[in-house]
Amino acid sequence: MTSLQRQKIAFALLFLANLLVIVPVGLIVFIIIQKGWPAMTWQFITDIPRQGMRAGGIFPAIVGTIYLVSGAIVFALPVGLLAAIYLSEYAKDNLLTRIIKLAIVNLAGVPSVVYGLFGLVLFVSFCKFGASILSGSLTLGIMILPIIITASREALESVPHVFREVSLSLGASKWQTIRHIVLPNAIPGIITGTILGIGRAAGETAPILFTVAAFYLPRLPSSVFDQVMALPYHLYVISTQVPNVDPKITYGTALVLLILVLFVNLIAIIIRARFRKKKKW
Amino acid sequence: MAKIEIKNLDLWYGDFQALKNINLALEEKRIIAVIGPSGCGKSTLLRVFNRMNDLVEGIKIKGQFVIDGENILDQRTNLVTLRKKVGMVFQRPNPFPLSIYDNLVFGLKVHGIKRDLDPFVEKSLKAVFLWDELKDRLNRSAFSLTLEQRQRLCIARLIAVKPDILLMDEPCSALDPQSTTGIEDLMRELKKNFTIIIVTHNMQQAARVSDETGFMLLGELVEFNKTEVIFTKPQDSRTEGYITGRYG
Repeated sequence: MTSLQRQKIAFALLFLANLLVIVPVGLIVFIIIQKGWPAMTWQFITDIPRQGMRAGGIFPAIVGTIYLVSGAIVFALPVGLLAAIYLSEYAKDNLLTRIIKLAIVNLAGVPSVVYGLFGLVLFVSFCKFGASILSGSLTLGIMILPIIITASREALESVPHVFREVSLSLGASKWQTIRHIVLPNAIPGIITGTILGIGRAAGETAPILFTVAAFYLPRLPSSVFDQVMALPYHLYVISTQVPNVDPKITYGTALVLLILVLFVNLIAIIIRARFRKKKKW
Repeated sequence: MAKIEIKNLDLWYGDFQALKNINLALEEKRIIAVIGPSGCGKSTLLRVFNRMNDLVEGIKIKGQFVIDGENILDQRTNLVTLRKKVGMVFQRPNPFPLSIYDNLVFGLKVHGIKRDLDPFVEKSLKAVFLWDELKDRLNRSAFSLTLEQRQRLCIARLIAVKPDILLMDEPCSALDPQSTTGIEDLMRELKKNFTIIIVTHNMQQAARVSDETGFMLLGELVEFNKTEVIFTKPQDSRTEGYITGRYG
């Protein structure tokens, strides 16, 4: 076999592997759109669930998910970013720091139900926040913290070292260098981490199961100490707990969740693109 | 009194001694070149002037390094003030990924000057002879410039904070011969107001621009003298060997 033939085989294998990734994703999206689209009416999006969740809309669940995701980001982004800055810019490179970095990466792989139990113990019981938006947001926030820290750290560390040197050589302090040179150039990467975090926070069921999600609560929350419905949990409920639900409602709920995440990500991607345009080296 | 006086300077990276007993006195408003083969310690020496070596972990410095009567190796040295006074031009032109204008005012802003910046911008661009070319596109990205213009911009960025010593670490090694000539002409102009210390691989460049030259080898300052003496009648056989191309 010549090296050219071997190269062709390698390319074919790489292409197949890609196909294997893309086809299922495409199929999932296609099926959800195909089966969920008929449910997409104005009423579906703006009405409360009716007839034991077999009719009506999913408005409270949409609002609940938006609240929870926003809460998680409001908590996790600043904390995660500050932690990332500390780890990549200030912490000395010693054994402890390396263990902490490794632990953070590993935390991103912890099953979400573990976070759910953790939130139940810490926020719901110990802090006495009860099952509430606050508890749920904090639990989701803690769950996405490792994603945000890791992505932000990588973004900060990829800013060329020479920019820091120049800034310091001009008499800027370390903090001024971070604030004016490192951070602005790391924003696209930080936003990428945030996008991943949003996607995960919006889609997970287990962390909100014990901490906030309501089975059926056809009104909007009035404070952060209220329970809410949320799309992933609602989806779980109508597909397993309630008999005789029209599949178009189930798929419609999935489609709304998909569009919601896509929409939030789109905003983040646009912000990122604007920052990227400025950055060139 | 000399502007800069270095006495018995030793520097270690961990166990490796990179500078060995350097003694040197430099007068102001001259161009001083430091030449020598790779790894001889010339860049390390340059980075003592503005304490940029502080960023390296495990570094140890002994001796005296006096600029304008102050020992900058003193623990109490204010690095912000020192670096404002001793600016550095790097090997690769490295403007920030910002507009031309923002590059020029960066130093001023970090030193607390936030208003009426336009005169500073004009003055520093004029000092590097870029004003006429760039005055109408100050808001364009600094990355739209040619390499030579970028290097001039980096020098202008320094001049804006009013240093009096300019350190140049191989400032032309990324430039073509024509741009190199341009930067060398600029250095001769700047000599009127600044003390310039240039580290270079390029012996011809040292011969062309500098008033005095030091030759370094394996962490030692082998010889320091007027440039024409170094290049015509070197006292040390090692210097002679290097400038005649026997090694390096």
